[in-house]
Amino acid sequence: MLRLYFDKWHVAHTFMSKDRYKIAIIGSGPAGISAAARAAELGVSHVLVEAAPHLANTIHRYQKGKQVMAEPACLPLRSPMSFGPSVREHILDTWENEIQRLEVNIRVGCAVAGISGTRGDFVIRLSSGEEIEAEFAILAIGVQGNIRKLGVPGEDLPRVQYQLDDPGEFSGETIVVVGGGDAGVENALALCKQNRVFLVNRQEEFSNCKEANLEMLMAAVTDNKIETRVNSRTERIEAINEDVYPIVYVVQTEQGQERIKCHRVIARLGANPPRKLVESFGIEFPNDDLSSVPQLTEQYESNVPGLYVVGALAGYPLIKQAMNQGYEVVEYILGNPVEPADEGLLREKFSSIPGIHKAGEGIALIRENQPLLASLTTLQLREFMLDSTVLAPNKGEIIFKRNDYSNSFFSIIGGGVRILTEDKNGAQMAFELKSGQFFGEMGLLSGRRRSGTAIAGDNCLLVETPRRSMLKLLNSACGVRRSLDEVSLRRIIQNYLDASLPESELDHLVHEAKFKEYSVGEVLFNEGDEADGLYMIRRGSVTVSRIVEGKEVVLAYVSAGSYVGEMALVSKTPRSATVRAAAPTEAILLETERFNAVMERNSSIRGKVDSRYLERVVNDDDIVANAEASGLIKFLMDQGVGEATDVLLIDYSRCIRCDSCENACASVHEGTSRLDREAGSTYEQLHVPASCRHCEHPHCMKDCPPDAIHRSVNGEVFISDSCIGCGNCQKNCPYGVIQMAERVEYKRPSILEIILGKKGKKVTVGEVPGAKVAVKCDMCKGILGGYACVRACPTGAAMRVNPEEFLGQIK
Amino acid sequence: MNMLQRPGLIRHKNWRYPKLSGMVIAAAIIMYWLHSPAEGEPYGGTWLGYVLGIASMLLIFLLMWYGITKRNVPKSRDRRHYDKVDRRKFENTEDVRKYKRSEGERRRHQPVNTWRFGGDMKGWLAAHINLGGALLVLVTLHSGFQFGWNIHTLSYVLTLLVIASGFYGVYVYVNYPRLITENMGEDSLETLLSKIAELNEMTRIRALDLPDDVNELILAARTQTRLGGGVWQQLAGEAKRDCPTRHAIAKVLELGAKYTKDNQPKLMRDLYALLLRKEKIVSRVRNEVMLKARLRFWLYIHAPLSIALFTALFAHVVSIYYYW
Repeated sequence: MLRLYFDKWHVAHTFMSKDRYKIAIIGSGPAGISAAARAAELGVSHVLVEAAPHLANTIHRYQKGKQVMAEPACLPLRSPMSFGPSVREHILDTWENEIQRLEVNIRVGCAVAGISGTRGDFVIRLSSGEEIEAEFAILAIGVQGNIRKLGVPGEDLPRVQYQLDDPGEFSGETIVVVGGGDAGVENALALCKQNRVFLVNRQEEFSNCKEANLEMLMAAVTDNKIETRVNSRTERIEAINEDVYPIVYVVQTEQGQERIKCHRVIARLGANPPRKLVESFGIEFPNDDLSSVPQLTEQYESNVPGLYVVGALAGYPLIKQAMNQGYEVVEYILGNPVEPADEGLLREKFSSIPGIHKAGEGIALIRENQPLLASLTTLQLREFMLDSTVLAPNKGEIIFKRNDYSNSFFSIIGGGVRILTEDKNGAQMAFELKSGQFFGEMGLLSGRRRSGTAIAGDNCLLVETPRRSMLKLLNSACGVRRSLDEVSLRRIIQNYLDASLPESELDHLVHEAKFKEYSVGEVLFNEGDEADGLYMIRRGSVTVSRIVEGKEVVLAYVSAGSYVGEMALVSKTPRSATVRAAAPTEAILLETERFNAVMERNSSIRGKVDSRYLERVVNDDDIVANAEASGLIKFLMDQGVGEATDVLLIDYSRCIRCDSCENACASVHEGTSRLDREAGSTYEQLHVPASCRHCEHPHCMKDCPPDAIHRSVNGEVFISDSCIGCGNCQKNCPYGVIQMAERVEYKRPSILEIILGKKGKKVTVGEVPGAKVAVKCDMCKGILGGYACVRACPTGAAMRVNPEEFLGQIK
Repeated sequence: MNMLQRPGLIRHKNWRYPKLSGMVIAAAIIMYWLHSPAEGEPYGGTWLGYVLGIASMLLIFLLMWYGITKRNVPKSRDRRHYDKVDRRKFENTEDVRKYKRSEGERRRHQPVNTWRFGGDMKGWLAAHINLGGALLVLVTLHSGFQFGWNIHTLSYVLTLLVIASGFYGVYVYVNYPRLITENMGEDSLETLLSKIAELNEMTRIRALDLPDDVNELILAARTQTRLGGGVWQQLAGEAKRDCPTRHAIAKVLELGAKYTKDNQPKLMRDLYALLLRKEKIVSRVRNEVMLKARLRFWLYIHAPLSIALFTALFAHVVSIYYYW
């Protein structure tokens, strides 16, 4: 029916060679549709031009049944069109219906070849030769418009395709997938279940895809489900007339030319931002960077007066943002003042500050009082504030406590804060922070407990930013990262080395300190190396090992908030042991010369490092003599205990295999046990079952679209009810402890039923019956008495341990 | 491993339950010693007999309640105060020191009311074992050593049987877990079974090029080697089994001298090696089955007997009131 409707318009328009409108909107993505719908709603003459034969081409091309997110969740939608998190099909249907209802003047299948003119007098030339006149033009063409092709003979054969809608459509075929990015890898993985799949990559490694995809790809390659060709270039594709294989794919590999007979070639080579086209309209870009976006005014107007740019091309890739912009831009064109969509939300956030009535004033206040954030643009700051909270605690109120597991970041924009900490020996330290400073970065970066207690001072005013938003900011704004690193480095030295070090010495040490990152198993330094300095572990943990009688003996486990490498510095000899990252680790290297100079001048730091040295010499000798302990540490590190905060271990010499632990877990967790006792590894009599380790930097949190995974103040990593069941966390967890389970209501059995051996009843709940969500151990969060698994173990075999305390006990 | 082990069941909570049951036993014996009933011989009908009898009965109820508790841990969710924000004000560093552990962690480690929330099964089992031992003394003294062919002596005998089976269970629970781990190592039952299947296939293929008598041997080893078997066979494990695989090993060694054509010696050697490997795995599987069976079997005696005891106890108590 819809197609008919479009055709009617099409036919109607072919009779008129030249039309004149107030607003011409180019591109029917979220931004374009929203703009056109607003114009239609206001009765403004308009036309929406779309090159593809249907609406919203980018979303149309999503894989069938794809879950579409509506981020940022807190941002209100401002558009005549509706939108919320849903599946692709539902969104497209809704939009098509709404476009009809609002009588939007849409022309599909019309590619724009050129735009000329200026405000009040634009001429838009279509590739059919037709011309449209408009007073204003809105460019909302996104960046997905021109897909890269193979660029070789045969690239347009019917069995060569550049997208994959439904992997289930093909089975029993031989398919060549070209492209080592996420799209190519995801397609290959989806197809390999029922097809023979070759994956061709131009580069040697699949470094362009997400970690989770890479891991799955490696697993599929190991299982011979996917064959890969790396360092390979497509030469040509030929049609052949054979019974089985219709085409042959010719590729130049490292071993020379190879001809792969196949049914189909799927090339996923990404898209080029349509820069040339946009520049031909007269729009200028700020630099030559391919990812750069046109420079725009706050009203989204480009350097060509009257030509506006919104959506992904303007640098806003999120659907909801784009739709809001579509609405706003029409209002701007009509001269109606509109507040940005986030105005209300931001105003609410600043309401606790007396004298601030507008979001802009609050933003200015932050910019003025917090140098760390001053380098951000107003739009960046607004986005930052959307996720953050403004706090105005009373004097003496606790902001967070030492040993809490919270990991948000605090910027002080007024008043002061008192931080109380203590070092390993229990010596108390207190320092005051003032407006313009920040705190909480150690918990944020190390993923460990808070190292101190923060107490509000007089007239304290804070901005609290959650972990995810802060990490996002640190990754995108290098200025912020640099200032934060500098301060945090000083604090780490004060906290973990010597608090009494004078400022001048701190400056000396910090100068030229290097930040280094290591992945699991990577070596910080080797036994016998020349000493290059002292390594302060800021995040993650490391193992110290030495070769004894030809075997590697693990001597110690050192975690964030401590340092390694002092032995060679004190004794002035080469490295006496090898240090290896046990978890993804960030370390700060203080150079030998500088550090030694500081030690010579300051007896207190010298004394501290010396006593640490002696401690370690004694400990190392003990461990070398005790091979069992070393083997145990090594085993636990291999099981990922190094990055854990709380892990379930079972003493198998006591475990009577009754599985009470699993049953108890199931009975308090809707009938689904979150631990699998039998799975997992065993060393001597120690068993590490498949159960959540509550990692310092949880892998599961990495890529959670609805941000449903959190860590509570008490350390539990848990999945909230907003889980959409996408399964990313399950894929990302290296320990396989997350399962997908139906949402159910669980009725525990009564005592009589227990005596009769009956189990509880599960009743499926939720909007979509059978839909699954991710479940995992939540350390029995909120259950009085704690850990059901440990409490239910009759022999005391099950125990939960904190590796830091636990590994300290192994002697 | 010793560096990991927490105090065991006996030493649980600083020997709480051995101490408790020791006291109960001592008290019972001393009272029995001092008690001189008016009617002459001690028996269940004296005041001390009643005291001991009632105490024993309560003890039996408590011990049986263990069976229910262990299936019902933890009893309920309780979120009281959990999400409450701590609004305490900290004035000096001394206050902060007191709060080393965060609130939730302290709560997690706080002991809870055993009756309301199921408590900790380790304590329950320690109590179950130790008080079970004390029960043995209490009921014996309660009987006053007067036995006959009646419901009272039946209850007594059942009590003894339940306690004896329980002590056997303690023996099994203490010793077998270690053996199971040592036998299985990193493997699970499934991986062992798939290894056996793999070896079966390899022997089958090699035997194809050998004469019929070898093929028959291998066929028997493949299809007739039993791993589990009936209850008794499971409990007995490797003992007294006529194993076709073992038989085949001996036979293959014997026939090796006979078949010397072409590549026959190599195939025979291969078969011998494969069968040896298979036999090792088969015996590990049988061991696993046996150990698991023994670990669980006693409970199938202990639990029904205790229910029988419960019934007999009921009859015993009713009959006393009847005579009264």
